[in-house]
Amino acid sequence: MVAATTIEQKKVWAILETVTDPEVPVLTITDLGIVRDVILHPPLGDGGIEVIITPTYTGCPAMDMIAMNIKLALIENGFRNIKITSVLSPVWTTDWMSEAGKQKLKEYGIAPPNPRQQVCNNDLFAPDEAVQCPQCNSHHTHRISEFGSTACKSLYQCDDCKEPFDYFKCH
Amino acid sequence: MSSLLIDYTLHLADTTLILSQRNSEWCGHGPILEQDIAITNISLDLLGQSRNFYQYAAKLIGGEASEDSLAYLRKEREFKNLLLVEQPNGDWGQTILRQYLYSQFQYLLFDKLQQCADEQLAAIASKSIKETAYHVRWSSEWVIRLGDGTEESRNRMLKAIDELWRYTGEMFVPAAYETIVGVSELKISWEVKVNAVLSEASLIPPSEGGEAVFMQSGGKEGRHTEHIGYILTELQYMQRAYPAAQW
Repeated sequence: MVAATTIEQKKVWAILETVTDPEVPVLTITDLGIVRDVILHPPLGDGGIEVIITPTYTGCPAMDMIAMNIKLALIENGFRNIKITSVLSPVWTTDWMSEAGKQKLKEYGIAPPNPRQQVCNNDLFAPDEAVQCPQCNSHHTHRISEFGSTACKSLYQCDDCKEPFDYFKCH
Repeated sequence: MSSLLIDYTLHLADTTLILSQRNSEWCGHGPILEQDIAITNISLDLLGQSRNFYQYAAKLIGGEASEDSLAYLRKEREFKNLLLVEQPNGDWGQTILRQYLYSQFQYLLFDKLQQCADEQLAAIASKSIKETAYHVRWSSEWVIRLGDGTEESRNRMLKAIDELWRYTGEMFVPAAYETIVGVSELKISWEVKVNAVLSEASLIPPSEGGEAVFMQSGGKEGRHTEHIGYILTELQYMQRAYPAAQW
């Protein structure tokens, strides 16, 4: 994340902090770490603004909606000539998710991603990651399915409280 | 702009789109719910990858070209996808094997592509390879589970190998536009990895002994098996019947 240097940039970042992920509405796009830069007065006209974002997964259908919501939030706050640019590189990873975002996920009932250096194992039939149950905090859980309700999640179940839950998988 | 680069980008786009389309046919028909979700998630990843390639190709072509016009308005002979990915789903074993043979190749290809001099292709490859790593692992595990499973599942995997192996040779024979990554150099690494998984699955890798299999080719140049027309008929129907329709 690029530090907000001017008052106007700080204002834009504050607006971006109100835009949420339509699939996981407790997370803002700044929690997710998908806003890469805010450029004021890019060479496209007076009062213009360019917001650079990066997708989580290539096929994530939420990205088009997120781009539109950013535009709407900025228009509501008086900005004009808004350009949203999506860049692929450097590649987004779950390490870019903020600590506040991870805490919000957990409170919402989704286990937050483990740090990447611990996991992201490509071995076949590797043991399940030790994922903490967001309900009862037990580590006694098992994976039901590597793929879940959205591209970013897999499905787990807690062996203690028996509750099934989504895990925002490390990526 | 170089027409070789456009053709190459379209080849990558078409291959991922057609495999995505094939896998999406399983939506609602998977053998169990979790695997139905898995194959459709893989389908979505591939669709996202193909969109990135089509958007880049559209930018290279310029004018009226768009990701939609490239996917929806080109004819069979203009599609440059690998023959392997247009083959019918068959049973679950055949779908799994097709996914595995392709994903293992895609992983090696994208590993090289992410280091290539074309910045956008490199960016798409490094973005996609993390997803491909999941696909390789998931499909390898299923190949092993089925090959080393029951007599029935093993027989079906043997039949799947018999059906699909002839379409694997094409991956390693470069088309005229494949100048960015030398695909023939990927063959040995691919065989080593595939042979290891097939052996683990108690299946005999056709590249190790046995009679040489005649390899089909032509997909990269637009000469396809009969299946491509049926796939495009379904894929393109709406845009052909109601041009520029949106919802």
